[in-house]
Amino acid sequence: MILQQLIILGKASRAWLERLGRAYILFAYMVWGIPSIFRRFHLFIQQVYFLGVFSFLLILIAGFFVGMVMGFQGYHTLAKFGAESSLGVVVALSIVRELGPVITALLFAGRAGSALTAEIGLMKVTEQLASMEMMAVDPVKQVLVPRLLAGIFVLPLLAAIFSAVGILGGEFVGVAVLGVDSGAYWSQMQSSVDIYNDILNGIVKSIFFGLITTWIAVFEGYDTVPTSEGVSRATTRTVVYSALSVLALDFILTALMFGEH
Amino acid sequence: MLNNTKLDLWVGIFVAVGVLALLMLALNVSNLKTHAGDGVYYVTARFENVSGLKVRSPVMLAGVRIGQVETIELDPESLDVLVRMSIASNIATIPIDSMAGIYTAGILGERYVGLEAGIEEDFLIDGSNIHRTNPAMVLEKLIGQFMFNKVEE
Repeated sequence: MILQQLIILGKASRAWLERLGRAYILFAYMVWGIPSIFRRFHLFIQQVYFLGVFSFLLILIAGFFVGMVMGFQGYHTLAKFGAESSLGVVVALSIVRELGPVITALLFAGRAGSALTAEIGLMKVTEQLASMEMMAVDPVKQVLVPRLLAGIFVLPLLAAIFSAVGILGGEFVGVAVLGVDSGAYWSQMQSSVDIYNDILNGIVKSIFFGLITTWIAVFEGYDTVPTSEGVSRATTRTVVYSALSVLALDFILTALMFGEH
Repeated sequence: MLNNTKLDLWVGIFVAVGVLALLMLALNVSNLKTHAGDGVYYVTARFENVSGLKVRSPVMLAGVRIGQVETIELDPESLDVLVRMSIASNIATIPIDSMAGIYTAGILGERYVGLEAGIEEDFLIDGSNIHRTNPAMVLEKLIGQFMFNKVEE
């Protein structure tokens, strides 16, 4: 009985490790195919359009609301210490360092990652990938590489937009609604936010998040069981795995970047 | 499928807005202006005590931020503290006999180096020393002295 359970456990772990291995092999293959993007640059632009432009409005609205909430919450905590003028610092640091990259990556995984998986999965189900191979077109270079690169390119831009709009949202609540001095909001922010330690690190984070979310999305689509149920499962897995790995990676990156201070 | 010009236009708009947001973060939100690598010079000051001062703490002149603390080192011979700071090079007319002190922004705020302009005609340049300094005020010491005086009375 116990033996049987152990066998099931072993089988499951082996299957999981195998999937992980396939994901790495696919990644190495995509890295190897990166130079081919220069011959098919329009594919990259197309994916920037699908991944970036379509997520643009979502990020704009989400960023503004998150900024406004940070404005309210920060104000009420700071007001207890009579330090309302530091509101800009609190809003800017928490958004630029953490909330901007992380929430953008989570939204991106839900909005764009799932679409990628479904698209590539359906290509597999309808045997478009196989027919590409028949025509001597490498589906990895033609389909996967442009999407991966577009994801890595788009996410830092989206995160920057999120942060900028979030800080404006915080200013709207802090200055226009709660009456914090606008000069104090910006000047304290400027003297506390560092270009390298805070903003550059935020961008580096979002580059990693872009890599991991699109990699997962592309792999899940490419590795899907070619049935309609398989595609639906793969799509779910993309969102779940992306969200979890973004949060875990965020912890690791934060510990590396801000750990020693 | 959209035609290509329209698609290019939207991608162009998206990338432009993204880069603008990055620029806004760099210029409006962060301290890039005081960083600007080419435009700083370094001066050192010797303090008895710097308690609470940190690397990257601001350097202020007349309440305006003009630079930041770069390194804090203990001199093993005199047991004084050597504080090296960078000052924006467009502030090049600080008299050489200016006084540096370590102050606190608000009662619990962060420590900063405050400069008080002197009267000499010579100015601080790269590598000069500030000779007149005021050590950091340590709250516990003050309270201790106050209690001691009270008891003596």
